[in-house]
Amino acid sequence: MTVVKEKNKTALESFTVTLAAKSSNEGFARAIAAAFAARLDPTVEELADIKTAVSEAVTNCVVHAYKNSRGKGDIRIKGSVYADGTVVFEIKDRGCGMEDVEKCLQPLYTGDPEGERSGMGFTVMESFCDKLKVRSSPGKGTTVVLTKKIGGGI
Amino acid sequence: MNFTHTKENATLTFTLTGELDHHGAAATRQAMDKLIRDEQPKKVVLDLQNVHFCDSSGLGLLMGRYKTALSVSAVLTVKDPSAAVMRIMRLAGLDKLIKTERSA
Repeated sequence: MTVVKEKNKTALESFTVTLAAKSSNEGFARAIAAAFAARLDPTVEELADIKTAVSEAVTNCVVHAYKNSRGKGDIRIKGSVYADGTVVFEIKDRGCGMEDVEKCLQPLYTGDPEGERSGMGFTVMESFCDKLKVRSSPGKGTTVVLTKKIGGGI
Repeated sequence: MNFTHTKENATLTFTLTGELDHHGAAATRQAMDKLIRDEQPKKVVLDLQNVHFCDSSGLGLLMGRYKTALSVSAVLTVKDPSAAVMRIMRLAGLDKLIKTERSA
C-alpha cells in the first residue's frame, strides 16, 4: 500500500488505476470510485455525487485529452481516504491540456462544440464536491482533484 | 444505454434504460433523431424511470433531442426522472426548459 500525504494529512488507504481513455471505461471508472468511497459509509446521494463528479472528469479525458493523438492515451485515477471522512480523487491525463483553464471552467463553455456537449462538466464537479482543483499544461496534460467529505465517516 | 420506442397517436415515447453518460449518448442519439424525423410526432416523451445515472453528457443527450424535437415542431417532455436525474437537470436549469411528467 502506498501512503499518500496531502497537506499534513496521511491517507488511511489509497489506490491507483490506469485506464485507457475510451468511453467504454467511463462506467468502469464510476464503479471503481463508488466501490472505494463505499468504505466511508456514504449516503445514497453522496455516492451519486461522487460517481457523477468522477464521471465528468473521466469523460473530459476521453473527449478532449487525446484528440491530437487519435484518441489514444491513458487516464490515471488515484483515490485516497482520510480519517476525517474525506475522500480525494485525482484524475490525470497526459493529453493536450488547456490553454486557458479559467475559460474552460465557465459554465456552458465547451471545447467540443460539434459533439453535443453541454459544457457543464466542471460546474457539476464543483457543485457535487467540496473542492475542485484543476492543473493543466498545454501539450503536457491535465490533473483534476476532487475532494469530498463524507458524513458517515469510518 | 438502450431504448425502446412506441408511437401512439402523435406521441413518440422513448423508454431509456441504463446510464445516461457520454458512452451511452454517443451510441443512441443518431438512432433517436432518425426516429423523431421519420415519425414527425407532435410530442416526444423521454421515459426515464429506468435511468439510474445521468451526468452532464446525459444532459447533452436530453438537450440534443429537445432541439431535434423542436426542428420537427414537436414538444419534448421527460417522464418519471429519478431524484438524482432531477438534481442534475435543476443544476443546469434544464428543468425550466423541459417539462416533467409523472405517472399516476
